[in-house]
Amino acid sequence: MNVEDIVKGIEKGNKRALARAITYVENEYPEGKEIMKKIYHRTGNAHVIGITGFPGVGKSTTVSKLIQKFREKGKKVGVVAVDPGSPFTGGALLGDRLRMEGYDVSKNLWVDPGVFFRSMSSRGKAGGLAAKTGDVTRLLDAFGFDVIIVETVGAGQSEVDIVEVADTTIVVMMPEMGDEIQINKAGILEIGDIYVVNKADLGGAEKTVKWLKSMIMMDQEAVEILSKTSHADEVRVESGEIFERMKKGKDWIPPVVVTVADKGEGIGELVSSIEGHFEYLKNTGKLMERRVRRLSREVFDLIMDEIRQILAGNDRIDFRNHIERVVKGEIDPHSTAEDIVEELLRLGCR
Amino acid sequence: MDRKIRVLVAKVGLDGHDRGAKVVARFLRDAGFEVIYTGLHRTPEEVAMAAVQEDVDVVGISLHSGAHLTLVPKVMKYIEEFGGDLNELVVIVGGIVPADDIDKLKEMGVDEVFIPGTPIEKIIDYIKAKVPEKKRTGEKV
Repeated sequence: MNVEDIVKGIEKGNKRALARAITYVENEYPEGKEIMKKIYHRTGNAHVIGITGFPGVGKSTTVSKLIQKFREKGKKVGVVAVDPGSPFTGGALLGDRLRMEGYDVSKNLWVDPGVFFRSMSSRGKAGGLAAKTGDVTRLLDAFGFDVIIVETVGAGQSEVDIVEVADTTIVVMMPEMGDEIQINKAGILEIGDIYVVNKADLGGAEKTVKWLKSMIMMDQEAVEILSKTSHADEVRVESGEIFERMKKGKDWIPPVVVTVADKGEGIGELVSSIEGHFEYLKNTGKLMERRVRRLSREVFDLIMDEIRQILAGNDRIDFRNHIERVVKGEIDPHSTAEDIVEELLRLGCR
Repeated sequence: MDRKIRVLVAKVGLDGHDRGAKVVARFLRDAGFEVIYTGLHRTPEEVAMAAVQEDVDVVGISLHSGAHLTLVPKVMKYIEEFGGDLNELVVIVGGIVPADDIDKLKEMGVDEVFIPGTPIEKIIDYIKAKVPEKKRTGEKV
């Protein structure tokens, strides 16, 4: 399939064209870049939801239940699930798809025409995503999915790249995951727009909810609402109260949703929170703000890539000679870098 | 970046034995492939749709139930129905397959059949040789 076939295929809703486009983008073929340029005008409509959290907390199960709920609402759902690749062999066992159980024989999500599921290896990239996850969500967006769910690598404490891709970030935890100091660390525990305490049937959920709420309370004015209660089973009521405040234009206060994902408990509340957050982003202009921030960074990174390529392919700048002078101690690395940039600008780059 | 070979390891039908499939998946992972494992009890439609959406190079179907002559052609039929191209996909069957049926499967378009006792290197070498041979138009592997 060539670029034209693929772009037309995506416009016509051909899943194989979409699948092949992802392959091209993922492998950084020149065709991938061409496809991305040609489909960009079709993007910007989907709600991109990121799901992150430590390994084993139930991210995939939560995703499969979310797909079900969104499908019941008639939304088309694209899913990108990222799993780690081996740092030694580059191989990967991508195991998220197998957790996507069919929920209804007639609407089995493996073959549901309104669902597209793609597994990605992180291919050695740190941060919880693969290098091209952002472009892949954009392809799904262009294809016409209403909701795109990105499931990160089972993340440690600093895999926070998801915020560069998602409109709404969900951090999934489970009971008894640590003490208050864990909750107050930076990194994954400060990026959530929504927090989920899954596997609540294991017991100890109340304590985790309490800790999460104390973290959220620290810098929110919702103290008086949130401090009223610490019982997990009352959180749902609180979420409702919080939404009322949202509607009045207050800041977003990340709700803590309690779930037992494999039994489907709490998933309805989670979907309400997700939809509430998207409404909030749109109504307050924060969606635009977030996208400006993300695209600024993306374009900046692309500029740096271009410069890197120009430098690598520019035979008028004798890079080797510059470095040799640094090695001999004739000049320092900072001054050399400045000289090279000046030379590059003077030469007009290409 | 080098293109990674993507392999779907699938269990189809009522067969509940996946120790072999999991071991093969693990070894393929260690050989540097990206392996997508489907889990047990998939229907032919599910496996075919996964193969198309994941854009894999190899579909490996593991069967111990004796239903290979029924289920494997169904998977292949659905792959084509969902827009996949069997000319560029390598289809492998593994598991308990009587000698007489190996030729029948190959006549149906299966590229290779690996029975229990096959050294894992043989499967890895086969995939590494066969994928570029069936490579997609205009692609470098």
